[in-house]
Amino acid sequence: MPRLIVYRLLQVPLVLAVIYVITFLLAWVAPGDPFSNDRNIDPAVLAGLRERYHAESPIKFLFYYPLELLTTGNFGDSLQYKEWTVNDIIEDSLPVSMTLGLFAMVIATVLGIGVGTLAAVKRGGFVDWASLSIALIGISLPSFVVAALLLMLSATDALRGVFAVGRFEKPIDLILPGLALSLAPMAYIARLTRVSMLDVLSSDFVRTARAKGLSKSMVVWKHCLRNAILPVLSYLGPAAAVTLTGSFVVEKVFNIPGLGQHFINSVLNRDQTLILGVVMVYSAFVLIFNLAVDVLYGIVDPRIRVGGAK
Amino acid sequence: MSFATPVTPAVSLAPSRRERLPGRIVFGGSVVAFILLLCLVSLPITLGEGALGYKVQVGELVRSAPAANLGGFFGYDMLGRSILGRCLLGGTISLTIGLAAAAIAVVLGTTVGLIAGYKGGWIDATLMRAVDILYGLPYILLVILFKIGLEPPLTRLFGSAQTANLVVLFLAIGLVSWLTMARVVRGQVLSLREMPFIEACRAMGIPETRIFIKHILPNLIGPITVYATLTVPSAILQESFLSFLGVGVRPPLPTWGSLASEGVAALSPIKFYWWMLLFPCLLLMTTLLSLNFLGDGLRDWLDPKKDAAKL
Repeated sequence: MPRLIVYRLLQVPLVLAVIYVITFLLAWVAPGDPFSNDRNIDPAVLAGLRERYHAESPIKFLFYYPLELLTTGNFGDSLQYKEWTVNDIIEDSLPVSMTLGLFAMVIATVLGIGVGTLAAVKRGGFVDWASLSIALIGISLPSFVVAALLLMLSATDALRGVFAVGRFEKPIDLILPGLALSLAPMAYIARLTRVSMLDVLSSDFVRTARAKGLSKSMVVWKHCLRNAILPVLSYLGPAAAVTLTGSFVVEKVFNIPGLGQHFINSVLNRDQTLILGVVMVYSAFVLIFNLAVDVLYGIVDPRIRVGGAK
Repeated sequence: MSFATPVTPAVSLAPSRRERLPGRIVFGGSVVAFILLLCLVSLPITLGEGALGYKVQVGELVRSAPAANLGGFFGYDMLGRSILGRCLLGGTISLTIGLAAAAIAVVLGTTVGLIAGYKGGWIDATLMRAVDILYGLPYILLVILFKIGLEPPLTRLFGSAQTANLVVLFLAIGLVSWLTMARVVRGQVLSLREMPFIEACRAMGIPETRIFIKHILPNLIGPITVYATLTVPSAILQESFLSFLGVGVRPPLPTWGSLASEGVAALSPIKFYWWMLLFPCLLLMTTLLSLNFLGDGLRDWLDPKKDAAKL
């Protein structure tokens, strides 16, 4: 196991480097220019801007930023938010998104696994039918509709003063955006749990466990869940990476200063340094969470021991 | 056992003929078919200039039709256009986007998955690492970059910004939708390749291409159908997200996503234009629910283990 982890950890910088190059090329090839997008700028000002951001020539731009990143760990200045470096922007907004995302993922995982398990145990019954429908609605409504409706709810007379509307101040303000953010992953987790739980429930060891007198809830929650959780775990890796790095929609609707907005705005603004910054953060999250999932896999199911260890 | 109709543990293509189709498939399929048909049949009306059309003269309309009220069938929007007409036209566009994405996913994903799975070795490694890396990039970034990159040349090609915008939208969403398909197909091919019946084919001296077409491909139709069905709703949702960002379909053409985001924009505690949000969302939700039902139903139906689970 340690060998696997070391091996995979060594791969991380390599994959990140490839993603860096690809993103750089994509951001560079895309037409449009961060310096001359709206008004006619004085050529002298434009030249000054280009010099300040090391963009006098593509070659210089292409070499300056990777070297800067490698030597000092800085992504450079944002091309759009003047006086801000990309690192400042990320340091400011990532913790907000991570707090919200963590909250949402906890809700999604606990409720999703609970509902999915109940649905599988009561297969074909009311709980199964109702939870499946709610899960499918969670997947079928665009998140901006759900978020906007929750925002409307927080502005009604009944909830006056409970939540800050369109602001982000107290911890309690996390609840509504957290709910909006958790709905889609919760629905997926509930469906995954239900399907794999149904699989496990029909296996022989469950009958044996019941036959030797273990209670039904003991069998379901202790023996079956551990086996049924594997597909959920492999979904949880990428889902957590996406959720923790912020959602554009939820952050926009609830006016939360998180990282999610920068994924979209940086591309629309052709803010090439910021594009690189957020993509690298996102990719690092994806890689780390996938690695964590693979390690957890081996812990949850000892039969899966990837990479040699006998 | 004949070699021509291999039944593999991976996917059985031959559920017994007399078995009734599960309710979910019938229900999901007929609802989707009904909505699609309704959208297509009404296309000449919704594309026209009549009461339901989208090409209405704005000035004339503001005078003649009351803006944003719940008259007519589904009500009118802020510009006095019929929500019903826009929902039907939007449905055509949304469903076309979904189907186009599914088609691209099937062609590209199946090809990559087949090659990777069957050739193995460094070809497999290269293709799958490429898929991994594309997975590692935020898909919305790819969609927007595709859109930005492809729009100007296609506008020149078609001579119409509206057409180019639609085609780019189809392509951009399709080009990020094939990754899952490639992985699924590769996984299936990998397990099929080791099956005894394929080994038997090789031992009999059947040429590789024939094994490929006659024996491997038919066994893949099940999972490909399932994932194609599930690609449609996710592509429609992605389009709605793009519409919310303002980079979706170009107005005045509607999609369900852009109608829903117009509805969200019209939400206000002072005057509640609920019909602008409710009807597009209802249609969107019904369609996506039915498509998901259809996909899930197909997966369960084609899953050979389902009989074991019933015991």
